[in-house]
Amino acid sequence: MITFEQVSKTYDGQQRAALRDIDLEIAKGEFAFLVGASGSGKSTFLRLILREYRPSRGRIFVAGRELNKLPSWRVPSLRREIGTVFQDFRLLPGKTVHENVAFAMQVIGRSAKDIKTQIPQTLELVGLEGKEKRLPEELSGGEQQRVAIARAVVNDPKLLIADEPTGNLDPATSVGIMKLLDRINRNGTTVVMATHDSTIVDQMRKRVMELNKGRLIRDQSKGVYGYQ
Amino acid sequence: MRHRHILSETWSGLRRNLTMTLAVIVTMWVSLALFGAGLLAYQQVDLMKGKWYDKVEISVFLCGTVSAPSETCEGGADATEAQKEVILATLENNPEVEEVLFESKEEAFAEFSKAYEDSPILDTLTVDQMQESYRVKLVDPERYQSVVGQVAGLPGVQAIQDLREYLDPLFSWMNLIQIGTIVASALLLGAAALQIGNTIRLTAFARRREIGIMRLVGASNFYIMLPFLFEAVIGAAIGVLLACGTLASGVYFIIIQKAKVSLKAFEWIGWSHAGLAMAGVAVVGLALAIIPTLITTRKYLRV
Repeated sequence: MITFEQVSKTYDGQQRAALRDIDLEIAKGEFAFLVGASGSGKSTFLRLILREYRPSRGRIFVAGRELNKLPSWRVPSLRREIGTVFQDFRLLPGKTVHENVAFAMQVIGRSAKDIKTQIPQTLELVGLEGKEKRLPEELSGGEQQRVAIARAVVNDPKLLIADEPTGNLDPATSVGIMKLLDRINRNGTTVVMATHDSTIVDQMRKRVMELNKGRLIRDQSKGVYGYQ
Repeated sequence: MRHRHILSETWSGLRRNLTMTLAVIVTMWVSLALFGAGLLAYQQVDLMKGKWYDKVEISVFLCGTVSAPSETCEGGADATEAQKEVILATLENNPEVEEVLFESKEEAFAEFSKAYEDSPILDTLTVDQMQESYRVKLVDPERYQSVVGQVAGLPGVQAIQDLREYLDPLFSWMNLIQIGTIVASALLLGAAALQIGNTIRLTAFARRREIGIMRLVGASNFYIMLPFLFEAVIGAAIGVLLACGTLASGVYFIIIQKAKVSLKAFEWIGWSHAGLAMAGVAVVGLALAIIPTLITTRKYLRV
């Protein structure tokens, strides 16, 4: 699903590389944690997958596309294969739960019929049935993140990128979100999640990739967060 | 569904920036109307130039009974037949000359009587006091100097008159007006384009959340840009319509109702010219909406 070959990224006007010589492969259907201190390169890693930036060196393959060779106008087709979830949810405040999820389908031109059948299923998957008409401000943090996850998976992406999805949530709520991500992963979606939450990583026992100052210093299947 | 989304985005964009949209419309209106007026003035001047240059001829007046003695005229005597032949031959051999017509004293008197129909001067004039002349048409009216120079010193020539001496200052004023209108409208149109760019920047900022999510879920650049394009085009279209209305009423009330009636001697522009100017206004107006939109959205909506 994702392949990095000798990938380095240095931002314009900066001396130090944000990522250095990253070589890894994440298979279809895998669940992988990305851990490391702030500034270790986690965000850069995720942004390279989304083709928000091009690597300075090396080659990246995502969902069968070589990103170095992907022209700008083809980027939307890549993004349609990837669902994305953030720490800050990024919901549209004036829109209801239903409208927020529907927005992701409308703007890529899905039919009204698709929207009508797909949204109830997805809201049921994330456990928000009955809350279609609520506004984001009327929901708890955990519920808001569930809306964001619903929006990320409603178009059936092959890959789900989660950047600190539990960063704003209390531990009990976080467990619920992790169960949801696990279920989505079991349905066949590859999940890559950047996190600081050691409890979660230790509990899940999934693959752990650790970045330190832009280098991949650990890549362990069924790993733990690390040695504090 | 997808079309409804674009339309509702466009509508909310227009409403959100109502004051900016109004400012864009008014600037577009005034600048496009001015631009259209420039186009009309241009056509008007062209029309007059064409008409008058067509009529412009060099008049070579021959010595007559009334002309004072000079180097080429014996006082009080008509030009002799021999002199006339030399002058005619000189004119006809000049490649710049298209046609030479002889105007006799009788014809000159008839012309004069027509021009001063009700004037008391007529009573004191006789046919004999008129001057014979050659009316010369030129191949290229701009190059009259060579012809004037050739016949100026010939015996029997009393004076040479070139209408352009009188028309040229008029035309240079008209040219100045043309250029002035176009420059002023170009400045205003530039301001309108910048204003559209600014409005779009504001709208892009107000919609940054939506745009961020659209990019994230893979909406195409064209789809993201479409509401902005619609918004700009709608504003421009209203400006174009108002400007065309202004031009049409200007042409109707000033040219057709006033000028054409009271200044019949001139050729005046009509509806076909107004239509041309409006087409120009529409093209420029839409280009002014679309080009800044493409540039600004490219800058602010980059994936």
